[in-house]
Amino acid sequence: MCLAIPGRIVEISSDNVDSALVDVVGVRRKIDLGLLQDDKPSPGDWVLIHVGFAMSKISEQDATDQMNTLRMLGEIDGAMQEVQGYGLEEVN
Amino acid sequence: MRFVDEFREPELISKTAEEIRRLAGTERHYRLMEVCGGHTHAIYRFGLKDILPANIELIHGPGCPVCVLPMGRIDDGLSIAQQPDVIFAAFGDMMRVPGTQGSPLEHKARGMDVRIVYSPSDALKLARLNPDKHVMFFAIGFETTAPSTALTMMRGRAEGIRNFSVFCNHVTIIPAIRAILDSPDMRLDAFIGPGHVSTVIGCRPYEWIAQNERKPIVVSGFEPLDMLQSIVMLLRQLKAGEAKVENQYKRVVPWEGNRAALRAIAEVFQLRPYFEWRGLGFISQSALRINDKYAEWDAEQRFEVPGIRVTDPKAAQCGEVLKGVLKPHQCKLFGRECTPEHPIGALMVSSEGSCAAYHSYEHRKAAMVTSLSSIA
Repeated sequence: MCLAIPGRIVEISSDNVDSALVDVVGVRRKIDLGLLQDDKPSPGDWVLIHVGFAMSKISEQDATDQMNTLRMLGEIDGAMQEVQGYGLEEVN
Repeated sequence: MRFVDEFREPELISKTAEEIRRLAGTERHYRLMEVCGGHTHAIYRFGLKDILPANIELIHGPGCPVCVLPMGRIDDGLSIAQQPDVIFAAFGDMMRVPGTQGSPLEHKARGMDVRIVYSPSDALKLARLNPDKHVMFFAIGFETTAPSTALTMMRGRAEGIRNFSVFCNHVTIIPAIRAILDSPDMRLDAFIGPGHVSTVIGCRPYEWIAQNERKPIVVSGFEPLDMLQSIVMLLRQLKAGEAKVENQYKRVVPWEGNRAALRAIAEVFQLRPYFEWRGLGFISQSALRINDKYAEWDAEQRFEVPGIRVTDPKAAQCGEVLKGVLKPHQCKLFGRECTPEHPIGALMVSSEGSCAAYHSYEHRKAAMVTSLSSIA
């Protein structure tokens, strides 16, 4: 629940500036950028994602470190399950 | 020792642990509270206690939103979802949390329409996909999650989606820290501040802890090295007789927090006069309710809510464990009546609860390979 998952912005939706496609170790899902409206990320930027919303922009090194933290905490499976669940693709 | 290689900079971990031993000396005892459940989980997972000197005691704080949610709120949320054509949507963490009549998952087995969502925006999406049903999102979490719920409600309102509501259980961390500090049996020296909550609220809201209460607080990351460095920073302050707010987790936490997220919270929520915390009791101005502008999307205003109050079994000593007066295993029910499979008390409910973390890791310590003691 308090997972913060690092992802890289792949593209920003052309019809909704608050919607972006992110890549989390190969899994691509839509996330919401509305909480970063003061400091909008661009494609290629890394963000920390929490419950489907980008919470902060981070560096690539921080993203790697954060993934490592999740791995150490044994939370990678949970994180990937969460990311795959975004957009209801894997549920219901 | 297969996990050892995964720790970043093992030599630095050894050096930091050595610095902690040097600073801690042997003369006095230090009681440090980690506020965040994520830190509690990490401390047990990494066996951090094993490399800390005996006079540094870590007290596990109230920062696990699932754990501190009173059982009556689960009953209330489920009672709304008993009504025809209501879909109960919640994060996976909530699904096994018991109410008096069973958990959301058990209600699903009895025919309730219960869905796991990984984002509040997916609960809104469910409402779009099911226009003939009402989707109630059971919202929990501290300031980390509250902005996402708020923004989802703003989007629902802007789109005019009327078959969607939120049953709001969002809580705020500062009043819980205040309640703990005000507790007469509480003796704490310093705080390890929450990481991800602070990405939203920043570091300023902790300044009263340093200035008024004269307790150091260091906002910390979640890796072993992060937490050890934070402990060094706290000990340096304590040795120097200082009390400051410091930020060890600068790579993620900006000092000012996330203003857009705070604006979203302010747009949708207002403080409740008081709210009950499992294990801690009623704490004033410690939780968020939905304001009148969003009343139509507030499940508590839209539906009849019974307002169920459930008293935890007297034998469960969650409050004492939460305040650090007792260790998890010192509770009479720990590991016997109360286990992660059959939680009775709040702190056994989620893996971020100190009892569940203690049960998972401490109990299996003999088989553990994640302990840091081998490198420190």
